[in-house]
Amino acid sequence: MGEFIMKDTIILAIETSCDETAAALIRNGSEIVSNVVASQIESQKRFGGVVPEIASRHHVEQITIVIEEALEKANMQPSDISAVAVTEGPGLVGALLIGINAAKAFAFVHNLPIIGVHHIAGHIYANALVQPMEFPLLALVVSGGHTELVLMREHGSFEVVGETRDDAAGEAYDKVARVLNMPYPGGPHIDRLAHEAEESVDFPRAWLDESYDFSFSGLKSAVINYKHNMDQRGEEIVPAHVAKGFQDSVVEVLTTKTLKAAREFNVKQVIAAGGVSANKGLRTSLEQVFLEEGIPFTVPPLKLCTDNAAMIGAAAAYMYEAGVRGDLSMNGVPGKELKSWK
Amino acid sequence: MIWLGIETSNAPLSIAVVKDGQVLIEIVQNLKLTHSVTVMPTIEELLKKVNIKPAEIDAIAVSEGPGSYTGLRIGVTIAKTLAWSLKKPVVGVSSLKVLAANGQLFNGLICALFDARRQNVYAAAYKPDLFETVIKEQHISIEELLQQLKELNKPVMFVGLDAENFQDKISEYLGELAYFAPKSLYLPRASKLIELVQNEPLPSIEEVHSFVPKYHRIAQAEAEWIKEQKKGNQ
Ligand SMILES: [Zn+2]
Repeated sequence: MGEFIMKDTIILAIETSCDETAAALIRNGSEIVSNVVASQIESQKRFGGVVPEIASRHHVEQITIVIEEALEKANMQPSDISAVAVTEGPGLVGALLIGINAAKAFAFVHNLPIIGVHHIAGHIYANALVQPMEFPLLALVVSGGHTELVLMREHGSFEVVGETRDDAAGEAYDKVARVLNMPYPGGPHIDRLAHEAEESVDFPRAWLDESYDFSFSGLKSAVINYKHNMDQRGEEIVPAHVAKGFQDSVVEVLTTKTLKAAREFNVKQVIAAGGVSANKGLRTSLEQVFLEEGIPFTVPPLKLCTDNAAMIGAAAAYMYEAGVRGDLSMNGVPGKELKSWK
Repeated sequence: MIWLGIETSNAPLSIAVVKDGQVLIEIVQNLKLTHSVTVMPTIEELLKKVNIKPAEIDAIAVSEGPGSYTGLRIGVTIAKTLAWSLKKPVVGVSSLKVLAANGQLFNGLICALFDARRQNVYAAAYKPDLFETVIKEQHISIEELLQQLKELNKPVMFVGLDAENFQDKISEYLGELAYFAPKSLYLPRASKLIELVQNEPLPSIEEVHSFVPKYHRIAQAEAEWIKEQKKGNQ
């Protein structure tokens, strides 16, 4: 951040867009002072996915506890804070509202500015907590809700150059995991099985011509059809071979399109963000091609890939510097578009 | 002693500031606006008008349910975060009791209800002093509620915007015993919310963290999950 700042910028960040209740304190947009996440995964596992009403109920139970813990771990007082940041969207509306209203109440009592952060901007800025961002930068955002290629020419500037036309990559992982009778969340299980497999079932790749867009619903259907045909013939499927075939298809498409976009836009840095960027198969493939290409490639550590508030605080610190402010009428925007703040 | 009251359990919104038992300011509105957008700016505006700083608030009262899940959560999240930030207690009040308090001068029973769809209601009935609950807060079918009221064989005044949805059925069961509050009493008032609790002992501030809405119903997914578990155990 700016060299002439005397006082530290401390952001209290809150994130409740899905099934994690999270709060963090971030110093100068780059340093995590504390990062607390209360996960609902144990509760949501029963339902094989995230149930919005259950998520909202858990958030109300956890919200003040999580914020207090973030302050205590950081050994900080509200008077140390420069601004309160919160995820404004996209996400589950009932879940977003808990974080937003808690953020507004806290900001009001302590007379602090409030900043509404886009969840995907947060995922991308998780990288600012690892190393400085170099522009132009290309971000591959892959999670349960998103598959996007985002070009950034400077801080706060976002151009979505490609996005999924149907399922998000993480969604396809979860659905295929269900076909293979694996527990929720299925992504890590498929990743592990794929690594153990020597052989793979051949599944199609959705290239969508020259576009940077993605599509995973056809691949998902191909897996379902394969299982169905095998069942009808009375043959057993080998889950590991299916997992490897599926993962190979997803990884090849994601890697090839990211590389192509990185070349076209002549980027100085490529980053991966979102829960699925923790996937070993994807990570290894991207690392390899960008090493060969000579473009620096980074993925934040696992706890910054999955939903957390530190990433929201990192993005908010740059918004704070740029003078972006929200107010007490802020509302949750479940389908919020990723727009530049510059 | 300065109280802030927050009522967002259904579509109407009410915020009040009460000082030493006197209502300083109150807003009651019945507009289709999102509580998420309006509650905090309204609190800010009312406190400014009566020249009270957030730090001067001694306690917060909030409608804890039943009602719209989202409405309840917005009110409760704001109330508990304000209370925790100010290190002051938060007190929950039944949203049905708050509504029933509008009918306090009626000489009979007071029944407050919210439409819970599919011929179900959230409802409760009280004696006029509101200390005694004759039918406790619950999620119940309208017919069952009316049957219970009929058996009490006393005049009943119905309060609440949704009472109108069941007017025919109410008359069918209770006939002459049924009364409807004037429409000006259909909206819950945050000042009543405070009035109901201001003389009670205050909960400790440690209880703020665990304060949650009283939904009076488990989530549908959870109900189905429990049913599946039971099936599996048989
Ligand atoms: Zn996310």
